[in-house]
Formats: sequence, structure tokens, C-alpha cells
Amino acid sequence: MLVDHLRGQGTEADEDESNAAEGMRTVRAGFIQLIDCALLLVAAEKGFARNQNINLELSREASWANIRDKLNLGHFDCAHLLAGMAVASQLKVGNPMVSVIAPMSLGLNGNAITVSTALWEKMAGLGGLSGSEGPKEMGAVLAQVVANRNLAGEAPLSFGMVYPYSSHNYELRYWLAEAGIHPDRDVRLSVVPPSYMPDCLDSGHLDGFCVGEPWNSLSVAAGIGWVIVPTSALWRASPEKVLGVRTEWAESHPDALDGLIRALKAAATWAGNADNRDELAQLLARPNALNLPADLIRKILAGEILRPGGLDFTAVEDYIVFDKGAATFPWRSQALWFYSQMVRWGQVEPSAEGEEASAGSYRPDIYRRALAGTGTTMPSANAKVEGALVEATAVGSNSGRLYLGPDIFFDGRRFDPDAIEAYIAGFDIHS
Amino acid sequence: MLYCNAALLLRCNEGVVIGFDPHILIIDENLVRAAILEDGLREAGFERVSMLSKRVDLLRQIVDIDPDVIFIDLENPNRDVLEQMFQVSRAVHRPVAMFVDESDAERTEAAMRAGVSAYIVNDLRKERVKPILDMTISRFHVFNQLQEELEKTKQELVDRKLIDRAKGILMSRHQLSEDDAFALMRKSAMDAKQRLSDVARRVLQTSDHES
Repeated sequence: MLVDHLRGQGTEADEDESNAAEGMRTVRAGFIQLIDCALLLVAAEKGFARNQNINLELSREASWANIRDKLNLGHFDCAHLLAGMAVASQLKVGNPMVSVIAPMSLGLNGNAITVSTALWEKMAGLGGLSGSEGPKEMGAVLAQVVANRNLAGEAPLSFGMVYPYSSHNYELRYWLAEAGIHPDRDVRLSVVPPSYMPDCLDSGHLDGFCVGEPWNSLSVAAGIGWVIVPTSALWRASPEKVLGVRTEWAESHPDALDGLIRALKAAATWAGNADNRDELAQLLARPNALNLPADLIRKILAGEILRPGGLDFTAVEDYIVFDKGAATFPWRSQALWFYSQMVRWGQVEPSAEGEEASAGSYRPDIYRRALAGTGTTMPSANAKVEGALVEATAVGSNSGRLYLGPDIFFDGRRFDPDAIEAYIAGFDIHS
Repeated sequence: MLYCNAALLLRCNEGVVIGFDPHILIIDENLVRAAILEDGLREAGFERVSMLSKRVDLLRQIVDIDPDVIFIDLENPNRDVLEQMFQVSRAVHRPVAMFVDESDAERTEAAMRAGVSAYIVNDLRKERVKPILDMTISRFHVFNQLQEELEKTKQELVDRKLIDRAKGILMSRHQLSEDDAFALMRKSAMDAKQRLSDVARRVLQTSDHES
């Protein structure tokens, strides 16, 4: 057995040597069991990483805390990361985290707010809802339910989100607050791991949650909840996961990082092509990825989300976006939007330094450097007024042929990265 | 045992007996591992050890238990729930910090490798937690070793069955004695620099094709 053990080690060493011989570089990345890990998976499995001489080693992790710790210790060079975690690392808030930058976005949208069937029935009865209403109408009825419970002296409704610095936290809070529901006072908000969400909904520990797929669609399929608001309905082009890279590694391995970005961009183009949807679903369905039925995943990729009550089956447009409309471009304005929400909800004190540090967490300069000469269409600007595009619009780019999709917020607000203070002051509800 | 009585040792080191007996919480869905750790901590003289294996409503359970130190295994998605406790909120009055000691990165690394992370509640001094953390790391290693041995034993059983079946096939196919069939397999394993079980697997495969 000892000999076998030694032999096993020898094989690994041989592989390393052959990698070195072919000029292959090993890049280690962590990911979480979510649909939006797709680009890393595709880059590793479809040869896009190999084309860039990268041996992309993926490791599935059970928590964002694990991902952070393994980035801290240098076990990972980069990871599938919540955008807010990269911003938090630059702001030095929360648990100690090594400096991490986001030179690339891994897509747009893809989260949803799901409520239990019991809460939905209450909402539908109270507000005469059909299930096809938008976030505003849904929120108004939820506010009535919350007020009624409060009057009756019942326990506040309980909602789950996935991490203190997650887009899910900010999206859920944004929606609740717009409906006049104070997320810290009128309801109970807590972190629940994505994979536990359906169980918590079923057992009544949660009345609703905001989480990435496949956990919303799984809950609907299990008959325990309904998706009432896809986040694309809250913010039409909302930033989601990023490629989080240890700053130290990015600086010492610029060539490997550029190659990785090129591989991920090629993966995005492949994943964004509807013709590849079935194959992508198969890839994501594998036991070492999501370990779920491919058919469920294919429906999510197609935006086929059953509306509450199960009557309407219209596909949600841009439910999850991997490539189109510069979906992988790391807009500095998006990093600053996360900062604005951190300030709004009391996670950080507002400061000029904080603003600068947040903006620095997204690195469009690296994205441009990596993709220069590849024919990739890139916007001319590094930031934009978020929420200004009502419909697909041509914007300044290197090729002159870049259309950005609509990016409006459901309440019509616009986020001007040059006027953050005024933006935050414009909200009635904050911590 | 290296840490035969860490709690006592700690008191001696500090010179004054201040009755430091921290409330230790173990969060682990693997009940065997949790039990091994609990035993270790009790043996070392830590009397106040609580265990949590229920997934839901973790935060409320932690608030009720009110621990000084929390250990949670790294395969546990509930680690993210603890992140919430870094922010002092209405739900949590006592701030929590992860055990990260910059002066002792090796210990943090060792904990990660063993598969556990540690959290300190309030302003409990890190020096006080070190012996408890070391005990936890060593107990996780004990568990990992046990599991490896279990896996090895299981694999050996499987291999043994494979080899026996292959031996039987060779005996009937080539009219060999048991010893000769075994010697044949062993020789081909050595020649091909393969494990005996791999050779056995090949014999079984060819026999599958033939049948």
C-alpha cells in the first residue's frame, strides 16, 4: 500500500512536469454550486483554458467563507466570487480578506426572490394577484401582509439571503425598502446557505429568500415556493458574480491572468450561444458541478420560470446573461453601486477613500489589456450611469458596434457614479 | 497525550487560577467526528462543550448557547451564517471574529488542512484559544486518519474479492492450481508495474467480453 501511495504521488509529479514541458500553467480556482459558475466550468471542460496554455483546476467549495479563506492562504489564485466580496476586500470590512480584485464579470442577472406557497397564497388573496405582476405590485401587497402581521402581533416574516456582502442581500433590501418595508425592522433577514434554502422554506423557517439559481427553480419544482421577482425585473442588467483574483497573484502572473480572461471570454461567447444550451446544461448537471437534472438546468438557462400559481409560462427575458451587451465587462459603476448599498445599510461609513477603494476593486484596465487584439468589442468608457437605458442602445466602443441591453431599475432610479452621496440620500429607508 | 489537561495547563501558565473554562461549541453534521472532538476536549479538562448538528436557524441556536469559542467543519455550508456574526446586529450582541493569528499563520493553515475553522466570541484572548485549537486540529487529524483507514479497509475488501474472482477465472480457464493462478497474476502485475487488483480487473473484463 505504501508503494501504491508513492506511485500515486509520482503520477502527479509527472503531470506537473509534462505541463511545464508544454508551457502549461496551472491555475487554481474555487467555485460554488450555482448556475453562474458556468464560465469557469466551460473554460475548463471545453478546452478554452487549454487553448491559452492554462490547466484550470476547479475546486467546489461548500461556502463563500471557504473560498475567502483559501484565497487568503493562497490555495486558490482566483475564484467564482460574489462581487461585493471583492469590494469588501478593498474596503477592509468584515472578516479579514486578502486583497482581491475583479478584472472580469462572470455575467448578469440570474437571481430571484422566491416566497413560500403559503405566503404567496396570502399575498394573492389579499391583493388579488394573478402572478404576472411586476416587483412594484408584488412589493405593495407584501407590505400589506407585513403590516397585518404587525397589527396582529405575529412574528415578522423571515427572509434568507446568502452572504452579508452579496448582491442577493442588496437586491432583497432594495426591493423591500422600495415597498416601504424596513429590512432591519419589519422583517427578519438572515444568511442561509443556498443549498439549505428550499428545506428552510419547506419547514417554515423561511417565508422567502433571494438566491441564485438553481435553488429558486428547485423550490418551484418541489412545489414549496413561487418565484415572485426575478432580479432582472428589479434591475434589468444587474451585476452578479465576478472573477475574483488575488491582487498579489494578478501582479506576479499577468500573462496567466490575461490568458485566463481570454479563456473565460471565449467560454462566455460559447455559453451565451443558445445553440449550446443543451450541452451547457449537461456540463452543469454533472456530479462534480451542480449534480442536478440537466432538464431543470436547461429550463433555467432558457429563463423558463413558472409564474406564481403555475398558470403563466412565459420565458423571462435575460433571466441569466453570460455574454451579450458586454456582460463580462467589469464596469466600475457597478462596483460603486455595491459600495452605495454598503453605505446605505450601515456596513461601511461613507468616505472619499472608500469610494476610491471600491472603484479600484473592479479592473477594466486588466480586462482591456487581456482582450486587446482578440477582436472583442469593448465599451469606450469604464463606468456608466446605471439604470439609464430603457432599451438596447448603441454605445461608444472600439469597434463601433456595441449595443448595451436595457439596464433600468424597477423604480426608475438612476445611479450616477459621480453623485453617490445624493443617490444614497435619495432613499427614504436605510440603516 | 500531549495536551493531557490544557485547561489546567493554561491556569498554571497564567499563574493565577481564574477559573477559565470557556464554553466551546462544535458545529458538525458528522456526528462521529463531533463526538471524537468532544471526547478530546473533555479529556483535556474542558467541561463546557456543546454540539450542534441541526442545520436550520443556526444563529438563534448560537445566541441561545452563548459560546466563547466556535468550531465548525469546512464542509459545512453554515460557515456563511457565521459571517453574519461579524457584524454586530440586533440578533447578535457579542461580536465574533475568526481565529486568524498573523503571528502564527501556520496554525491557521494547519486548521484549514485538517478541515476545521475556529471563531472567537467577544474579546477572548487568542492565546487562550490556542491550546483548544491545537486539540481540535489533532482530533480532526485523528478522524481523518480513521476515515482513511476505513476507506483503505473497504478498498482492500473490494480488491480481495476482485482478486479471488479473477483467480477463479484463471484456474478454470487454464486449469491452474490456486497458488499458480495467484503467482501468474502477481507476475503480470510486477511486469506491468500494476497493482494486483488492476490485473484482476483486467482478467474480469476480458472474461466479461468472452461471455
